[in-house]
Amino acid sequence: MADSAKKMPLGGVIEKAGSADDYFTGDWRKLKPVLDGEKCTNCLICWVMCPDSAVIVEDGKMVGFDMEHCKGCGICAVECPDKIKAIDMEEEVS
Amino acid sequence: MSIVKAATKAVAYTGNSAVAYAMKQIDPDVCAAYPITPSTQVVEEFSGYAADGEVSTEFVTVESEHSAMSACIGAAAAGARVMTATSSQGLALMWEMLYIASGLRFPVVMATVNRALSAPINIHCDHSDSMGARDSGWIQLYSETVQEAYDNIFQAVRIAEHETVLTPAMVCLDGFITSHAIESLFLIEDSKVKEFIGEYSPKHSLLDIENPVTYGAMTLPDTYMDLKHEQSRAIARAKDVVVQVGKEFGELTGRTYGLMEEYRLDDADVAVVVLNSAAGTTKVAVDELRRKGMKAGLLKPRLYRPFPHEEIREALKGVKAVCVLDRADSMSGFGGPIFTDVRSALYELPEKPPVVGRIFGLGGRDFKVKDAAAVIEDLFKVAETGKVDALTKYIGV
Repeated sequence: MADSAKKMPLGGVIEKAGSADDYFTGDWRKLKPVLDGEKCTNCLICWVMCPDSAVIVEDGKMVGFDMEHCKGCGICAVECPDKIKAIDMEEEVS
Repeated sequence: MSIVKAATKAVAYTGNSAVAYAMKQIDPDVCAAYPITPSTQVVEEFSGYAADGEVSTEFVTVESEHSAMSACIGAAAAGARVMTATSSQGLALMWEMLYIASGLRFPVVMATVNRALSAPINIHCDHSDSMGARDSGWIQLYSETVQEAYDNIFQAVRIAEHETVLTPAMVCLDGFITSHAIESLFLIEDSKVKEFIGEYSPKHSLLDIENPVTYGAMTLPDTYMDLKHEQSRAIARAKDVVVQVGKEFGELTGRTYGLMEEYRLDDADVAVVVLNSAAGTTKVAVDELRRKGMKAGLLKPRLYRPFPHEEIREALKGVKAVCVLDRADSMSGFGGPIFTDVRSALYELPEKPPVVGRIFGLGGRDFKVKDAAAVIEDLFKVAETGKVDALTKYIGV
C-alpha cells in the first residue's frame, strides 16, 4: 500500500533547541499592532510584556514587531503607557 | 521435539513471586510502584530485591499509582528501562498517564494483576481493569498460568523495546487465581535472560545535555493526527514482533509462544474464546465433552492489543458456532469487549457462524468446569438449530 504519511519524529520529540522560532504563529493574528515611532519613548514595557517575544529591540530602541510570531493579542497596545499610546491595533488586511 | 537450550529447573512460585523474580532477573534501571491488592507481592518482593542489593534498580516509592506511572514516564524520558506493577483502581488511577506513556512511545513494561473495579468495591479477579485500558495504546499480553506470566514478562520487554514498535506493554494475569496460587514453573538462567532481553538503547535521553531534546511538546491540528497515525501503525506492527519474539523465546526455553493458543480447534464444531486462567478450566470441559463425542475447541488469545483480527478469523473459520467469554462488561448494552471484537473480526467471513457473548466471573465469581461445559453444551444447541436465544447474557447469576 502506498504510504503518503508524513514522517514524524518518534513520540513527537523535538530534537532541536529553540524550535518554537520555526513555528509561525503570526498567521493566527486577527489584529496587528502598528507602532507610531514619533510617540514611542522606548520605555520597552511592550518588550517586557509581550508573551511571544515579538517586540524587536535594537540598541535599546523599540524598532517594530516580529510579525511571523506576533499573535495580535494586543497586550503591547494596552500596556503602552496611557500618556503615550504609541501602539494601535488595526484589522489585519489579507 | 523442542530442544531446551537453557538449563532449567522446576520451582514452585505464586504468580506474583514469579513476576517479581522475572523483574529481578531483568534488573530494570527504574521501578516506580505503589502496591495494591492483588499485585502487592510483586512490588513488595521486588522492593526487597532492591533493598538487598540484588538488583541495581532505582526503586522509587510514590504516593499513588498516578505518580508511579508519572515517575516511570519521567525515568523513561531519561532513557531508563522501566517496569512497574498494578491492579484495579491503581490502573484506573494511572489512566491519564497510560496514554502519555504510549503517546510518547516509552516502552514501559507493567504487570497488571487483574481485579474488578469499584463500585461496589471488590478485590477479586475480573478483567474490568485491563479492559478499561484496552484503547490506551498499550500492548496487552494475557497469561493463563504462572509460567506464562513469568515468560510473558521477558517477552514484553523485547516486544515493547523493539525498534519498530517502541510502545508500552502490560502483562495481565488473573488476581488471586494466578497471582496467589502456587504452581510449578521453569525458571530461566540469569545469563540467558540477559542474553534474551539485551541492552536497552533509547534514541534520546533527557539526561544527555550535549544533545538536548523536548518531550511532550504541544501539537496542533497540523501534527497531532500524524503522530497518532504513526502510533497506530507502530502498535499494529507489534503483532509480527510478538510472533518473532515468541519464536526466539521458544528456541531459548523450549516454550514457543504465538498470538493465541488453539486447543483442539482443528476439527472443532464449536469454539469458545476466553482469556487467562479460565482458559485452563475450559480446556478441561472441552476434554470432558470430547470424551462424549462432542467436538468442542478453545481459542485463547494471548495478544489482545493489538487485536490479531485476521488470525482469529482464520482460526475460527469453519466452526458452526462461537461463544466469547468476557470477564468484564463494557457496559455498552451489547456485550463484553472481546465479544464485540471477535464478532466484528468474523464479519469478513463469507459463512458467518453465530457468535454469542457470555459475561462470567465478575468480582471473582467462580467459573467451574461445569460452567464451561454448560456454555459449550448451549453452543452445540446453537450450532444444531442455528437459533440464538440470547446473543449476550450473564452466566452464573
